Amino acid sequence: MKHEKIETNAGWLIVLTLIVISIGGLVEIVPLYFIDSTIETVKVSGKDVVRPYTPLELRGRDIYQREGCYTCHSQMIRPFRDEALRYGHYSLAAESQFDHPFQWGSKRTGPDLARVGKKYSNQWHVQHLNAPRSVVPESIMPNYPWLLQTELKYKDMPDRMRALKMVGVPYAETEAEYQLNVDRYGKDVADLLDINQADKNLLLQAEQGNYDGNKASLTEMDALVAYLQVLGTMVDFKKFEDGHFAKFR
Amino acid sequence: MAISMQTTEQYDYDIVRKFTIMTIVWGVLGMLTGVYIASELAWPFLNFDNPAITFGRLRPVHTTLVIFGFGGSALFATSYYIVQRTCQTRLWGAGLAKFTFWGWQLAIGLAAISYMMGYTQAREYAEMVWPIDLLIAVTWVAYLVVYVMTLRQRSQPHIYVANWFFMAFILATAILHIFNNMAVPVSLFSLEAYSLHAGVQDAMTQWWYGHNAVGFFLTAAFLGMMYYFVPKQAGRPVYSYRLSIIHFWALIFLYMWVGAHHLHWTALPDWTSTLAATFSILLLLPSWGGMINGIMTLSGAWDRLRGDPVIRFLIVSLSFYGMSTFEGPLMSLKSVNALSHYTDWTVGHVHSGALGWVAMITMGSLYHLIPRLWETKMYSDRLIFIHFWLATIGIVLYITALWVAGIGQGLMLRAFDEYGNLAYTFIESVSFLHLPYVVRAIGGAFFVSGMIMMAYNVFMTIRKGRIEARVLEAKLAAKLASA
Repeated sequence: MKHEKIETNAGWLIVLTLIVISIGGLVEIVPLYFIDSTIETVKVSGKDVVRPYTPLELRGRDIYQREGCYTCHSQMIRPFRDEALRYGHYSLAAESQFDHPFQWGSKRTGPDLARVGKKYSNQWHVQHLNAPRSVVPESIMPNYPWLLQTELKYKDMPDRMRALKMVGVPYAETEAEYQLNVDRYGKDVADLLDINQADKNLLLQAEQGNYDGNKASLTEMDALVAYLQVLGTMVDFKKFEDGHFAKFR
Repeated sequence: MAISMQTTEQYDYDIVRKFTIMTIVWGVLGMLTGVYIASELAWPFLNFDNPAITFGRLRPVHTTLVIFGFGGSALFATSYYIVQRTCQTRLWGAGLAKFTFWGWQLAIGLAAISYMMGYTQAREYAEMVWPIDLLIAVTWVAYLVVYVMTLRQRSQPHIYVANWFFMAFILATAILHIFNNMAVPVSLFSLEAYSLHAGVQDAMTQWWYGHNAVGFFLTAAFLGMMYYFVPKQAGRPVYSYRLSIIHFWALIFLYMWVGAHHLHWTALPDWTSTLAATFSILLLLPSWGGMINGIMTLSGAWDRLRGDPVIRFLIVSLSFYGMSTFEGPLMSLKSVNALSHYTDWTVGHVHSGALGWVAMITMGSLYHLIPRLWETKMYSDRLIFIHFWLATIGIVLYITALWVAGIGQGLMLRAFDEYGNLAYTFIESVSFLHLPYVVRAIGGAFFVSGMIMMAYNVFMTIRKGRIEARVLEAKLAAKLASA
């Protein structure tokens, strides 16, 4: 076929363009859903250790997104020596398998947060989010004073979990789904993923965790700190041999 | 007046004028926001503890206003102009074209306001919440229909090369937008939604979108602009027709593979990122094919650079296009990317493309277009010259500052002392960034002041055009009365 034919026929131009631009995406995206080793299997004594977020953590994650934290913080540690020393074990695909959307980020104006969980105390986080320069004088992070002042809204918690269930996160609503989670994660975790218990679980975790340092109030700070404190803590790398995860790469 | 009546009948310039004005409005607003958030990084007190203007919420306002507001409106304006001129036919569906104008402007405005209120999808360059995404999808389909129907009623047998690029841009953007924004809303009345994909697949989809927003929105379409305005302003035919064919197909094929170079060394499987790196290097060829074709179109008329400010904008934009499409493949090499990723080098690279290529070619094209749209001469050529220098100096300050920032921070973070410990804490690298951030903000201020100058020049030009038209009309009326 002569190129002139395409230049003189809008239909040909459109069809051929569509074919040519579709190939790259098809080859690179579709297999990621079908190649098993894309997401590592991470089990300890037969149970999956990477679980979906609890209701409180999920609300924290919503706030993390709302404030655009991803514009300055990554959540993806690369397999380099300096990153291992600074942040810890490189990130697994399994660790963000329930992240809708992913929050790997593209820029580190601040440090990576993939394993920030449990590294600092709740009080440190509250102080730091409220006024970063009061703990790190050179920091250029904005202050987030409204987190402590804003009551956490969680009325639509079941709706949120149902929406996530629709896109594949194993929150349970029926007894059968709950049982599947018991088999997969054990009873303690399965209880946390029960949509029917969402509000109760959220309040209980906030009360027990007391993330914002004030038991009387349930603020956005509670949720955000709960989320930050769980980041990167689900996989205990001491329980796996060195190089165990290399075979997935 | 008789002539102008004829052209308004032959071509629909009203829609082009509307989009042209909004290009400049969004350009000024988006770039001002950019300078502001750049300043927040240098002087964090500028966040003023106000949620709406913190860096995290304003950053998508900046990217949306400049990419989709400024860049998008410029593409609507020039594509509607070019498709009419090269097909020698009037735009199909005046009402539908008007709908694309209002739909697009509404989407941009709503997006900016919603980010400041905290509504975002938290996907880079696709932060709009789902109702805005739907509005964009509908507007875009209308754009496709207007464009294709205009092509079909052309009175020329050939579809001119600029239109291939615009066509590919419209089709690719539709596909990217739809597949990247698939999400399930929390409820019918909630603006929040959770994306269909998660983790590694989501990252791949997002950067397939993200890099092709660059590849098609900010490159292919602007090449369409280049293929019309460079030959027009130079008064010479395109250097090589054969080259334009080859680089068109190669460019649109290769671009779609390269998104994963944003995910080197992440949890994305190695095979995907290696493929992306390979295709990124190949992409240098069609990119430079376009640059060479543009620059060589001017060969034999180089003296025009001395006196014609529009040609200057066009040629410098092609030079920056060549430079950033060389830098891109370089940064997509895994070893280079290990250093550059997560640093300001990437931000600098984007801006050498966005300011150097996209904005400069837009400004050049608009300075060519505006006198024709309002049937007069530009109010001041001198201001165009000053704008050119402000913009060029601004870009140079901006990208050199961020080369220093990015490469510097990358080297600091991977440095070890003699005992094998990390040589610097993270916060030491942040302190190091202060000076480059100040210079970057100054560079941005240069660039936006040029843009404001352009807005003034265009405003005065439009006013001049209207006065001239009125004077002409009065003269005609007087003549008719005396006759």
